[in-house]
Amino acid sequence: MSQPTKESPESQPMEGSPESPHAQPRPLAVSTATPAFLDVRDLRVHFPTEDGVVRSVDGVSFTLDKGRTLGIVGESGSGKSVTSLALLGLHKGTRALVSGEVWLDGRELVALPEKEMRQLRGSTVSMIFQDPLSALHPFFTVGAQIAEAYRVHHQVSRKEANDRAVEMLQRVGIPQPRRRAKDYPHQFSGGMRQRAMIAMSLVCDPALLIADEPTTALDVTVQAQILDLIGDLQQEFGSAVVIITHDLGVVAGVADDILVMYGGRRIEYGTVRDVLKRPQHPYTWGLLQSMPHIAGDVDRRLNPIPGSPPSLINLPGGCAFHPRCPHKGQVPDGRCSLERPELVPVPGTAEHIAACHLVADIRGGENTRAAQ
Amino acid sequence: MSTTTHPILARQAPAHDNLLEVTGLHKHFPIRQGILFQRRIGAVRAVDGIDFSVGAGESLGLVGESGCGKSTTGRLITRLLEPTAGTITFDGEDITHTSVSGMRQARRNLQMIFQDPYSSLNPRHTVGTIIETPMKLNGVNPPQGLKRRAQELLETVGLNPEHYNRYPNEFSGGQRQRIGIARALALRPKLIVADEPVSALDVSIQAQVVNLLQDLQREFGIAFVFIAHDLAVVRHFSERVAVMYLGRIVEIADREALYALPRHPYTHALLSAVPEADPDLTGARERIRLAGDVPSPINPPSGCRFRTRCWKARDKCATEEPPLVRIPGNAEGHLTACHFPEEPTTAPRADVVLDPALAAMEETSTGTTGMPT
Amino acid sequence: MFRYLVRRLLAAALILLVISVITFFVFFALPSDPALLACGKTCSPARLAEIRHSLGLDRSTVVQFWEFFKGLFAGRDYGDQSVRIHCGAPCLGVSFQTDTPVLTTLLQNFPADLSLGLGAAAVFLVAGLGLGTLAAVRRGRATDKLAVGAALFGVSLQIYFVGLLLLYLFVDKWQLLPAAGYTPITQDPVAWFQGLLLPWATLVIVYLALYTRLTRSSMLEVFGEDYMRTARAKGLPAGRVVLKHGLRAAITPVVTIFGMDVGSLIGGSAVITESVFGINGIGKLAVNSVQNSDLPVILGTTLFAATFVVLANVVVDLVYGLVDPRVRLA
Repeated sequence: MSQPTKESPESQPMEGSPESPHAQPRPLAVSTATPAFLDVRDLRVHFPTEDGVVRSVDGVSFTLDKGRTLGIVGESGSGKSVTSLALLGLHKGTRALVSGEVWLDGRELVALPEKEMRQLRGSTVSMIFQDPLSALHPFFTVGAQIAEAYRVHHQVSRKEANDRAVEMLQRVGIPQPRRRAKDYPHQFSGGMRQRAMIAMSLVCDPALLIADEPTTALDVTVQAQILDLIGDLQQEFGSAVVIITHDLGVVAGVADDILVMYGGRRIEYGTVRDVLKRPQHPYTWGLLQSMPHIAGDVDRRLNPIPGSPPSLINLPGGCAFHPRCPHKGQVPDGRCSLERPELVPVPGTAEHIAACHLVADIRGGENTRAAQ
Repeated sequence: MSTTTHPILARQAPAHDNLLEVTGLHKHFPIRQGILFQRRIGAVRAVDGIDFSVGAGESLGLVGESGCGKSTTGRLITRLLEPTAGTITFDGEDITHTSVSGMRQARRNLQMIFQDPYSSLNPRHTVGTIIETPMKLNGVNPPQGLKRRAQELLETVGLNPEHYNRYPNEFSGGQRQRIGIARALALRPKLIVADEPVSALDVSIQAQVVNLLQDLQREFGIAFVFIAHDLAVVRHFSERVAVMYLGRIVEIADREALYALPRHPYTHALLSAVPEADPDLTGARERIRLAGDVPSPINPPSGCRFRTRCWKARDKCATEEPPLVRIPGNAEGHLTACHFPEEPTTAPRADVVLDPALAAMEETSTGTTGMPT
Repeated sequence: MFRYLVRRLLAAALILLVISVITFFVFFALPSDPALLACGKTCSPARLAEIRHSLGLDRSTVVQFWEFFKGLFAGRDYGDQSVRIHCGAPCLGVSFQTDTPVLTTLLQNFPADLSLGLGAAAVFLVAGLGLGTLAAVRRGRATDKLAVGAALFGVSLQIYFVGLLLLYLFVDKWQLLPAAGYTPITQDPVAWFQGLLLPWATLVIVYLALYTRLTRSSMLEVFGEDYMRTARAKGLPAGRVVLKHGLRAAITPVVTIFGMDVGSLIGGSAVITESVFGINGIGKLAVNSVQNSDLPVILGTTLFAATFVVLANVVVDLVYGLVDPRVRLA
């Protein structure tokens, strides 16, 4: 049952080279000598199960500077949420096998002992979760939960921590914050709960904020408020933000860079404008084509991606997307199913990379179709 | 209870042209208290007086945020819920208070597709049984036999007919939704109420299911009531769209008019909030950021329900409920319930930022935030 | 809150009424005849009728129940010209066997159950929470397997076996303790404690297993909750995450079961423990009354036990309201 996937033994060394930041110029970081604030190199999170190893995250690298926002986009099972938990070291002490490097401000986090990692959590790196109703403890008041997050990392009195919690609630736009701090999460509306969650994640002034589908559980008008709020607060706090989402629309509005994940791997990475306006990977292109819009041609037929997302236990060999790819016929010799494409720079851009044989071979000519 | 006129009905001359007609529909869920002796202490006014109609083969979209009553409306139409007031006429027959057994006949022509493809299929039944059951219950005997018909239906919705004997858990989310669609098609209905049929699916799968529904609508001439919170999906699927807010319809129009020439401030706010995957659009649209969430439907605001979150609200809005009418400047069939409607455009203008936290931060950082009126 | 309490207590009274009606009528549906038992071996039909009359058994069941019900509020007088027994206001009747008011006997036997039940409950609750939490934290490891295994072992043991074993070891063989039994605490606190040590231990061994398993499964469920991940993401130390955020949420189902168990324990359900250690409690009284067809005592013990269970229910709901802020008592 637990057969290793075809490519693992042979292709491992090969894939290592283009993925490693040393073998290839770091694609996105501003090309100064200073290292990026967050530098993730070849991150892997594997879960051994009875049915085989689930490679939830399989060699993901990216960089992010302070004050910038990276959007990690993918469908369910793409490994985007697992990536975010790994950045926070929340897999420590579980059966998950984490490898690779996460450099944050000159410190490597994957190998960091749990005790030191714990001190970073909530202070230097903090997180906003998807469903604020289940992510907040039902039995403690909102104010107490925020104050607790502050007191873990600061030697202050209970009262000072409570005042800080009220101040944070005020800043995220909760009316009557002193009174609402004494309420329980269930007494808040959905949008207010997510604001409280944001207040809690920002209470220690984190340098890196990770938001995992922060607006998926919210109504569309509230989503717009919350996304703007995260953006405005980022300006104010100067944090680096990683936003995880399945919605390309969300990243278009808030992110500077986009990392598209498929089957636990990254398949396209670049600035928002490059990736959304000149998508190079057929998957990114397919996602954009399959989305309906609120303006423009209404009779346009949606162009869905056929098939379903792959199983992480048994990823298709070669390019994981090839069984669903409409362009695999354009690559000769069945290379798509045999050879895993490397992430290569898209011609004409220094900061846009994609993992597709077409990008490597045809060098843009064919791919301009995607710009339409 | 409600003083609303029924302009849509007035507009569409002979009433029997419409497959579905809904007038003055209300659904109030009582809130009870007590263990042995329950008493009523209030009601959730989930649907609070709505009128609309759907012609044969037409698709009407219902959009709105949580608590607007769109799903309740769907359940009332299919009579999974008993209306508190109002009438529902389907195919010339008043089904407002038809009993469960009496609904059997109507239900042949009136089917529903649910949001969650995981919980709406019985896991212990094979796909074949699931699709055949509605036919058996209604005594339908297709000439080619039940099994052949079920297999044909599987093929119609893009599934392998040989999977007839499989169980729902062997299928992916998108495929399960297709099974649900095949079940709904089994009786060749005239109207399908689709309640968030794609919102539980991955983006790449959503488009497959939307396309399938569109093909079926065209091929079999099925009318749809398409309920969704995603404005883009609704626009894509429905020729006519109604925007709901706290149990009422605030605006209804052809999709071209509703999305390009909206009049109700809430429609403007909704459209402006939709995230679009195009970085060029960010500056090309108006930006409206409301404050807070939708109020509770237990105690909706007086007058216009949207006034507590509206930047144009004045005294009149609190005292007088705006009727859903064709206001000057609207095309025929474009009805808006607003005393002070917006200009019919979505072009950018000064930002409307009502959210206190955003307003405070944007005031200090850029100073560009302006509030009209 | 106050109104909630009043309504709950009224509902509780109604339940007790229903229980007493059922007990009453089930008793008369049974074939045994209390008069015959009271009459003894040399019984003549005339004597039997006399007894039957003096016990009130010659009247219809409904009338008898009405008399009983009236006695609850107004008290009753028993007997004829020769013997008169007065039974004061909450009168549960007078024993057919001993001619003493049932309530008096109940109150005499009650302190024993109270001491036994509360003492054991305090220990098995605290120990169960601790062991269960430990097992959940060390899930799948040796500590967990040991705790779960011990729990299974404890559950499969029977009280009369454990009790007798403990008695044999501690009292007979090693002579570490005096004979077990109940001495009122007001009389001799040391003897009270020594006498109850083994009965407590017996109950704890049996109940601890249940509470360990309950806490463990409840805790494991809580570990999967999103808010536990949030607590870790805040940077809380693992211990605080488990004890503050985890236990606080996991304790609610335990509290529910605990309330019921305490209610029934002090209401006399520890009947086997009572008889193994020779403690005169409510349970023993109940068993004797059934053997003797002593209707007033059967009714009295049933109602007494039911009262505690019903009251425990009310208390559990009140505590629930305190523990879980989402529960509104209205």
